[in-house]
Amino acid sequence: MESVGSIITYVIVVLAMIVFSVLAVTTRKILRAATYLLFTLFAAAAIYFMLDYEFLGAVQIAVYAGGIVVLFVFSILLTSKPGDNSEKLTSKSRVLGLIASVAMLGVAGWALISRCANFTARPQMEAPLMSDLGTALMGTGAGQYLLPFEAVSVLLLACIIGGVVIARRR
Amino acid sequence: MDITIPILILAIPLFMFIFLGLLGGKMSHKLAGTLGTLGMGVTLVLAYTTAFTYFFSGSADFITAGGDRLQYLVFNQTWLAFTKSLVIKLGFLLDPISAMMLVVITTISFMVHLYSLGYMRDHHGVYERGFQRFYAFLSLFSFSMLGLVVATNIFQMYIFWELVGASSYLLIGFYYIKPSAVSASKKAFIVTRFADLGFLIGILVLSFYTGTFDFTQLTSVPVEGLNDVYRVSEGTAEGILNIFQTSAAPVFMGGSVLTWALVLIFMGGMGKSAMLPLHIWLPDAMEGPTPVSALIHAATMVVAGVYLVARLFPLYLMEETALEIITVVGALTAFYAAMVACTQVDIKRVLAFSTISQIAFMMVSLGVARPEIHEGLGYMASMFHLFTHAMFKALLFLGAGALIHAIGSNDYTAMHGLRKYMPITHWTFLIGCLAIAGIIPFSGFFSKDEILSACVGYDWVAYAWMSMVAGLTAFYMFRLYYLIFWWKEHKIPEGHHAPHDQPWTMSLPLIILAAISCVAGFIPFGKLVSWNGEPYDFMAHFDWSVAGVSLTVAVLAIALATVMYRKENNLPEKFKAAVPALWRWCYHRFYWDELYMFITHKIIFNGICRPIAWFDRHIIDGTMDSFATITNKASELIRPLQSGQIQFYVWIYLIGALLLGTITAICLI
Amino acid sequence: MEITAIYYLIPSLIMFCCGVYGFITRKNMIAMLISLELMLNAVDVNFVVFNRFLFPGQMEGMFFTLFAIAIAAAETALAIAIIINIFRSTKNVDVSGLNEMKF
Repeated sequence: MESVGSIITYVIVVLAMIVFSVLAVTTRKILRAATYLLFTLFAAAAIYFMLDYEFLGAVQIAVYAGGIVVLFVFSILLTSKPGDNSEKLTSKSRVLGLIASVAMLGVAGWALISRCANFTARPQMEAPLMSDLGTALMGTGAGQYLLPFEAVSVLLLACIIGGVVIARRR
Repeated sequence: MDITIPILILAIPLFMFIFLGLLGGKMSHKLAGTLGTLGMGVTLVLAYTTAFTYFFSGSADFITAGGDRLQYLVFNQTWLAFTKSLVIKLGFLLDPISAMMLVVITTISFMVHLYSLGYMRDHHGVYERGFQRFYAFLSLFSFSMLGLVVATNIFQMYIFWELVGASSYLLIGFYYIKPSAVSASKKAFIVTRFADLGFLIGILVLSFYTGTFDFTQLTSVPVEGLNDVYRVSEGTAEGILNIFQTSAAPVFMGGSVLTWALVLIFMGGMGKSAMLPLHIWLPDAMEGPTPVSALIHAATMVVAGVYLVARLFPLYLMEETALEIITVVGALTAFYAAMVACTQVDIKRVLAFSTISQIAFMMVSLGVARPEIHEGLGYMASMFHLFTHAMFKALLFLGAGALIHAIGSNDYTAMHGLRKYMPITHWTFLIGCLAIAGIIPFSGFFSKDEILSACVGYDWVAYAWMSMVAGLTAFYMFRLYYLIFWWKEHKIPEGHHAPHDQPWTMSLPLIILAAISCVAGFIPFGKLVSWNGEPYDFMAHFDWSVAGVSLTVAVLAIALATVMYRKENNLPEKFKAAVPALWRWCYHRFYWDELYMFITHKIIFNGICRPIAWFDRHIIDGTMDSFATITNKASELIRPLQSGQIQFYVWIYLIGALLLGTITAICLI
Repeated sequence: MEITAIYYLIPSLIMFCCGVYGFITRKNMIAMLISLELMLNAVDVNFVVFNRFLFPGQMEGMFFTLFAIAIAAAETALAIAIIINIFRSTKNVDVSGLNEMKF
């Protein structure tokens, strides 16, 4: 049985996530969409916090909110004039998209709900310590992630070079 | 025996072919011609060395103590090993006939190489276009022909057989800008290819039942105590015969498998040696340069058929039927070609038909050869005639080439009375004519007389027939001789200088060949060549009555020719008017070409080829085309699916994912 | 009231479906990229939720999310570089106009 406080927090976070994500894809002003995305990402970070993954939540905020959204804003400012609206969606494509996503929601949601009985209450867990995280990230044993870590670092390097090459003015 | 010289005999012409073929264009005409001739000269020396070693060294590898000639495998290398039993080898077989052929081929080839140095240029000394190519092809031909005669197995023979066919094709079509030369080369190739089809089937049938390609296994037995030495023997042949009789060899259309194999192999020989009815390519092959006609279409390649039969002679001995077929075909061809030769105007055509007739003589001689008739005289006579004929026919062709070179036309109507202007050509040509007519003491007399002796022993009809053909031979040759050199005074056209004898490069081969034709008859040929290697003394079988009859016939025929053609008169016209139909048929070569044209164009083309072409174009091509069209249409149809619009792809993906999800969900219920 | 895993999964599913809707209806490439980020986040949340509810002592799901975030950052940076490049040459970020490389 959860405490009332946590239930209230849960409701607020989840509602924020749903509402902002809906708004992010329906608004016609692209800068607003980026802002709504930011809020959705914050909500996701909040969920991570609620599930005792503080480090992950911090990373979510730092990388997504601090890095990616800023990139989005920059690119939006570079590619569109202020006050530009994206073109109005034709009702046909909107209806089709709606049908597709609702059908998706229906199929997947039904699959989830039909398995409701399998879901149990949240088990107890100590929040993982930073030292454990560090060891897991830098170790080479079972359940440790040095290789993916290095792979990701190479990927990021490649990405930096690629970004420079692609965006460079010729 | 050392392996170097035999390998060099084959390697030098091959090298000259590649060398002149690739680099001939880069060097001067004179250098290319000289190099080709020198290469052939070296080959000539080596071949003579080999032949003399074989015949006269007395080594135990070549001859028994009793004087019997043996077959010696100089080398026999595996070339293609398909299976354990199906192995194709390349090698060098030295035996009396291959040694003799080495001499013949290299002699004629060298003469022709030398002669061409003068022939293949015009009166101002300008070399003909493609001069280097000509020498390259000559070398290729020499290589192929040498490889053919030294073949150790029937498959190697077949390979080189096709190679000589190919080089003959190339040389007939040497003047490839002339449409007649192109069609002549095509005709020669197609007709001989058709014959070779039979040859190949024959080889396959024969080797399927005997399990071997090797001549040494088909016709000989190994000699005890010596490596690579074999002896031609009827014993093996009987062993082979047992194979055919004991194995359940089927009978096909009344002939046993062996008969069919031998007849089919002979069919290949018929094609190469221009026997009736596959002779039609040889007269047309005269479109090639005259030295080529002398080398390929008179002396060497066309006798390959005779050589083939001689090579497999012990096998042919087992089948009376096959030998009878050879005799009949040869006899008919000899007569036919001699008749046609009496009416032709083009001097090279006369010589071509004369060649056909003389090769037919050799065939008949092989056909009537039996061990019990004069101890196989026919075989020896055939080889002897092959030898002498190669010499005097090459002489005649080269002489004709000199005349054509001087006059610029192939017709005797443009010649007449040339004896004063070209004495060397005149005298050598006369020697050639005497030799072919069979006048003692020229070489043709001896060889032809032996053929007739062999016929006497076989059947008097054959003898009478062949004597008549011999008379015809003397008649048409002297008709040609008189019409070229006598008949009337030569008229020199306005603005031309008088015809004269040729440069030494052309005269020398004529003189050498004439000298050989004078003395070749005295070669003790029976001591050197006989069907089973035993020395043969033909003087023991020499029959003065036969010789006297043939000499009389020849002299009478020459006398008749002298009366009719020595001085301009109207006897030939009268004769023509007396038998117009016969004359017309002979002049049109008994309409064989027209018959072939009718069969191929009217019957085969219209009846078979056109429906096949229609079927090919509309059914087979149509099917394939419709596959292509359907594919094309279908791709046009589905091309918009690859729109490049990512959202469209996502749509497709999404629909698929949803369907899969739904199905999974339904299944999980 | 017990908050089980389903209470997190359903919102994340809704978020994912919003991403899908945006991705297939919006024409602006940056908007499409935003939708893509939504979908990616929904998946991240799922990883974390499953990790937390089913295997509480372990950290696989969490690390997967961590790496996914890193890769998403890289991918976004590249995508934006490409978009800016396209904008430079066509003065347009509308995806429907970008089929010239096709047939």
